[in-house]
Amino acid sequence: MMSFLSSSDFWFLVGTSLAKTIFLIFLVVLPMVSYTVYAERRVSAAMQDRSGPNRVGFPISLLGFKKDFSPFLGGLGQPVADAVKFLLKEDFVPGHVNKPYFWLAPCLAMIPSIVVLAAIPFGSTFLGVDMVVANLNVGILYIFAISSVGVYGIVLAGWSSNSKYPFLGGIRSTSQMISYELGLGFSAVPVLLIAGSTSLTKITQYQVDHGWLLLPFTAGMPGLREILLWIPVVIAFVTFTICMFAETNRLPFDLPESETELVAGYHTEYSSMKFALFFLGEYTAMIAGSSLIVVLFLGGWNFPFIPDGSAGWFWGLVNISVFFGKVAVLLFFFIWVRWTLPRFRYDQLMKLGWLYIFEIALVNVFLTAGILAFTK
Amino acid sequence: MSPILFWVFALMMLVFGVAVVVNRNPVASALSLVVSFLGLAALFVSLDAFFIGVVQVLVYAGAVMVLFLFIIMLLDLKAEQRRKLNLAAWAGGGLVTLIFVAQLWAVLKRFPLGRQPFPALPPGPHDDVREVGMVLFSTHNLPFQVVGVLILVATIGVVILSKRELK
Amino acid sequence: MVKDYLPVLLQVLVAIGFAAAALIVSVILGKTGKRNPTKDSAYECGMKPEGPSQPRFSVKFYVVAMLFILFDIEIVFMYPWAVVYREFLVAHGAQIFWSMLSFVSVLTVGYVYAVMKGALDWKN
Repeated sequence: MMSFLSSSDFWFLVGTSLAKTIFLIFLVVLPMVSYTVYAERRVSAAMQDRSGPNRVGFPISLLGFKKDFSPFLGGLGQPVADAVKFLLKEDFVPGHVNKPYFWLAPCLAMIPSIVVLAAIPFGSTFLGVDMVVANLNVGILYIFAISSVGVYGIVLAGWSSNSKYPFLGGIRSTSQMISYELGLGFSAVPVLLIAGSTSLTKITQYQVDHGWLLLPFTAGMPGLREILLWIPVVIAFVTFTICMFAETNRLPFDLPESETELVAGYHTEYSSMKFALFFLGEYTAMIAGSSLIVVLFLGGWNFPFIPDGSAGWFWGLVNISVFFGKVAVLLFFFIWVRWTLPRFRYDQLMKLGWLYIFEIALVNVFLTAGILAFTK
Repeated sequence: MSPILFWVFALMMLVFGVAVVVNRNPVASALSLVVSFLGLAALFVSLDAFFIGVVQVLVYAGAVMVLFLFIIMLLDLKAEQRRKLNLAAWAGGGLVTLIFVAQLWAVLKRFPLGRQPFPALPPGPHDDVREVGMVLFSTHNLPFQVVGVLILVATIGVVILSKRELK
Repeated sequence: MVKDYLPVLLQVLVAIGFAAAALIVSVILGKTGKRNPTKDSAYECGMKPEGPSQPRFSVKFYVVAMLFILFDIEIVFMYPWAVVYREFLVAHGAQIFWSMLSFVSVLTVGYVYAVMKGALDWKN
C-alpha cells in the first residue's frame, strides 16, 4: 500500500486510471487505428481514382434482419472483418527463425507505442478527473524515452527472422529511427523554452492562456514578441513533423519496408496476429505522434470559445472530441503526404536527417532562445 | 513508493543482471541488460528522481543498448555459444567481485553519512527537471562545459576509429 | 509525484496483457496448415535462399549509432536548460544563453569534423 495515500484514495487512483487507460486504448485508439487503415485505403483509392473497399457492411442478416447494414460510404465493416481474419489465419512460425525472439519482437514493437499514450493529455477534465492517464512532470521526455525503446521490436524482428530482407530492413529502420530521434529532440526544445516546462499538461495550459503556439491569435491579438517567436515555432513545427514521419516509417521515409528492395522489410517472415501486432504498433505510434504534435503546437484539447471541463461534463466530452478531431486531421495529412511524395533513397534520407534537419533544428533552438533573451 | 514495488523492481534488476552474465546468447544478455536498466529507472522514479529515471531509459536503454545490439549482430553467435567456460577467468572474476564487495563494505562502515537515512523531500509539488537545471547552470556551470569537451573528444574518437573503414 | 507513475505501471500491464491475449487467441483460433521444407525456408521471392542469411553491413551504421548516443546526451542537457531558461533570464540575465551556446559550439566542432571526414556521407 502507498504509505502517503489512504486506502480509499489509493483504490480511487487505481480505479480512475484503469478506467482512463481502458477508455483511451480500447475505446479510442484501437478503433481509431482500424478506421485509419480503412481511411487510408479509401483516401488512397480516391486519390488514384478507384473505389477501394466499399462492400463490407455489418452482417446483421445473420441475426435475422432482412438486409446487411452498410451505412454511408459502404465498407465500414472492413476493419472488423480484417481483425477477424487476422485471428483466424494460420499462425505460422517458419522453421528457420529464432523462436523465442520471433515471438517477443511483435510484442516489443506494439507495447511501447501503447505505453507512450499514458502521458498525453487528451482532454481537460471530465467530472473533475484530469483527462490524462499519468500527469508526469517529465511528460515529453517520457514519450521520447519509451518510443526509443520501440526500436528493439524492429531490431529483434529483423535479427530473429534469420533471413536477408528482414535483417537489412531491421538494420535500416533502426538507423533511420535513431537518426531522426535527434531532430525530434532538438525540434521540441523551442516549445519547452517558450512554455518553460516538460509537463505536457503545463504546455497545454500555456497554450490555453497564451494562444496555440502555431496560431497565437487564438487567445487575442499577439504582441510583437509573440509574432517574432512565431517564426521559430513554425520552423520547429515543420522539422518536428518531418521527423515524426521518419520515426513512424511513413512514406516518404518508408525505406525499411520499401517493397521494391526489401519485400516487406523487418516483418517479411511474419503472418497472422504477429504481423497484425506490428501493424497495430505502427499505426498506434502514428496516432501517438500526431497527438504529440497536437499537444506541442496545436493547443491540445483547447479550441477558441469552448470552455474547459470545469464548465460541465458536456464540455469535458467536447474537449476530448476536439483533441481527437485535431489528431484525425493530422492523420489525414499523413495519408495525403503518402500519395504525394516519392520515397527517398537511403543516402538522401541520412543526408536530410543528419545535415539539414539537425542543423536547422539546432540553429532554431538558439533563434528561439535569442528572441526570448534579447527582446522585450 | 510502496516497499512492495521497491522489492519487485530491485529483484527484477538483480535477476536480469545475473542473466546478463549467465546467458550464453549475447543477444539475450543485451536484452537482459535493457530490462535491468528499466528496473533501475523505476527505482530512480521511486526516489522522486524522475528526470534521472527517464534519462536512464532514453540514453541507456534507448541509445547505448541499440549500439550494443548492432555490434552483437556482427558477431558470429554460433561460435560464441560454443565457447567453453574458462575456469581461470571465472575464478579471477569471482575474486575481483569479492574484493570489491569487501572494499565497499569497509568504506561504507566507516562513512558516517552512509548510515544516515535519506533526508525527506520537502512536501508539496516539485519539478525536478527545473531543480536540475537550476543547479546545473548556476553552481555547476564549469563541469557542464567540461562535459561538452568530453563529448567532443568522444565524437572525434568515433570518427578516427572508423576512418579506415569509411574510406 | 510518485503516485503519478502508478498509472504508467498499470498502462504497461494493460499493454502487455493485450499483446499476450492477442497472440494466445490467434494461436487457439488460427488454422494450422501442413508444413513442408519450402514453406519453412526463408522468403526470397520464391527462389531458394542463397548466401548468408545475415549479411555483413556497412560500418556507417555503427558510426551513426555512436554519434547518435553523443548527440542524444547533448539533447538531454538541453531539456533542463529549456525549462529554467525564462526563469533564469529574469534572475541573472542572458548568462544562461551564452552558457549553452558555448557548450553547443564545442560539440559543433565535433559535428563539423565528422561531416568533413565523411562519416555522415552515405553516397559511395
